[in-house]
Amino acid sequence: MASYSTNEFRSGLKVLLEGDPCSILENEFVKPGKGQAFNRVKFRNLKTGRVWERTFKSGESIEAADVMDLDMEYLYTDGEFWHFMKTDGSYEQVAAAEAAVTDARDWLKEQDVCQVTLWNDDPIAVTPPNFVELEVTETDPGLKGDTASGGTKPATLSTGATIKGVPLFVNIGDVLRIDTRTGEYVSRAR
Amino acid sequence: MKRSGATPETLGRRAEILADIRSFFLERGVVEVQTPVLGRYTVTDADVESIEVPGYGYLQTSPEYFLKRLLAAGVGDCYQLGPVFRAGELGTNHNPEFTMLEWYRLGYDHHRLMEEVADLVDRILGEGNFETVTYRSLVGDPGRPRDELDLVFSEACERLKPGRFFVTHYPADQAVLARLEKDDNTSAARFELVIDGLEIANGYHELTDPGEHERRFEEDNRIRRERGLPERTPDADFLAAIAEGLPDCAGVALGVDRLVMLALGKKSIDEVLTFRG
Repeated sequence: MASYSTNEFRSGLKVLLEGDPCSILENEFVKPGKGQAFNRVKFRNLKTGRVWERTFKSGESIEAADVMDLDMEYLYTDGEFWHFMKTDGSYEQVAAAEAAVTDARDWLKEQDVCQVTLWNDDPIAVTPPNFVELEVTETDPGLKGDTASGGTKPATLSTGATIKGVPLFVNIGDVLRIDTRTGEYVSRAR
Repeated sequence: MKRSGATPETLGRRAEILADIRSFFLERGVVEVQTPVLGRYTVTDADVESIEVPGYGYLQTSPEYFLKRLLAAGVGDCYQLGPVFRAGELGTNHNPEFTMLEWYRLGYDHHRLMEEVADLVDRILGEGNFETVTYRSLVGDPGRPRDELDLVFSEACERLKPGRFFVTHYPADQAVLARLEKDDNTSAARFELVIDGLEIANGYHELTDPGEHERRFEEDNRIRRERGLPERTPDADFLAAIAEGLPDCAGVALGVDRLVMLALGKKSIDEVLTFRG
């Protein structure tokens, strides 16, 4: 298995730490003027999303993780798995378990292209597009003509997600543009 | 090379600081000298990696050996302000090429030199208080393995903030080229200056004994072999100068880029460099 030495550490590098695939977020070089050098490294555990900090003696190596980010089209969920298809024309599909879609499931719309993180060819995380357009299925009735008062209300979307901060003029059936990184309303799409 | 973040304003302030440093030494009769950046030999120190220039030698990791050869030749109090090089050192507070101020004072011990370092820092950063802490008080048990000790020490230094701290009484096996304390042969006559958690300077009451120099160089190479690092041929010209006689003196090396960072409130060394190495 390939491995990386501390002098190859850079952000984005995928490595195995305590058996879990991680991505390097930050790599800081620490050295007393006349002493040994260390690398203090922040990792994101790609399975849990948690951030880990570890210190290595400079020159130490850690194992590389076979991790790939692929653009894939979201197809459907059968309740147990979420199914995605490669966009390279191969029609090849993968099934992601619930743990891989915890953060993404609120924003998954059929036919949207998501980024799927594969570890040893298994999907371990799904990142939705930065912006998605979803239909409102439930919200308090819209206030006619009120486009400027600045008041807001919650709304439930076709995926089941509920968002706050929706303007009062929004009605059931409207399609909203949502920033998936913040979970916030951006605009009305039509 | 990537263009770094130093703004024209930062470069102007940096130039003023360099001018201030030079007038500080001019007023005190310490002579500016310029020694080779590229030398035939380099340090044996197991924790400092040099950049080799095939066919020529090494980019110098500090002007120490050349300055001491000048001292042995009778040049007297002198300083150098210029670039030094260390392989593999790259981070928020490190760049492989950086600017070092190194100076030597005849007849000084490390205590008197600490006072002068404090005077210079007061001049650049404004007046402030300096506290003294011992190495042992920072690391607790100094009997731990060396690598563990270095990490604990680094992290303890990072916590020395806010404020200005002289760290003293380094263990004898970390004396590098400092002599040992007169009344305590377990401690080196060595100090470091840490300001707001950043290591700024490292100084010694200098070792003058030629035999002890050779012994320490051999020990460095023994550690290098142990760690699988290439051995370094001890600098024969330097050893010859020491054998002729290095006058009693104290010397210190100070990281100028980091001092500029502190003076200008910058969070990374990139912000005070013209280009990032």
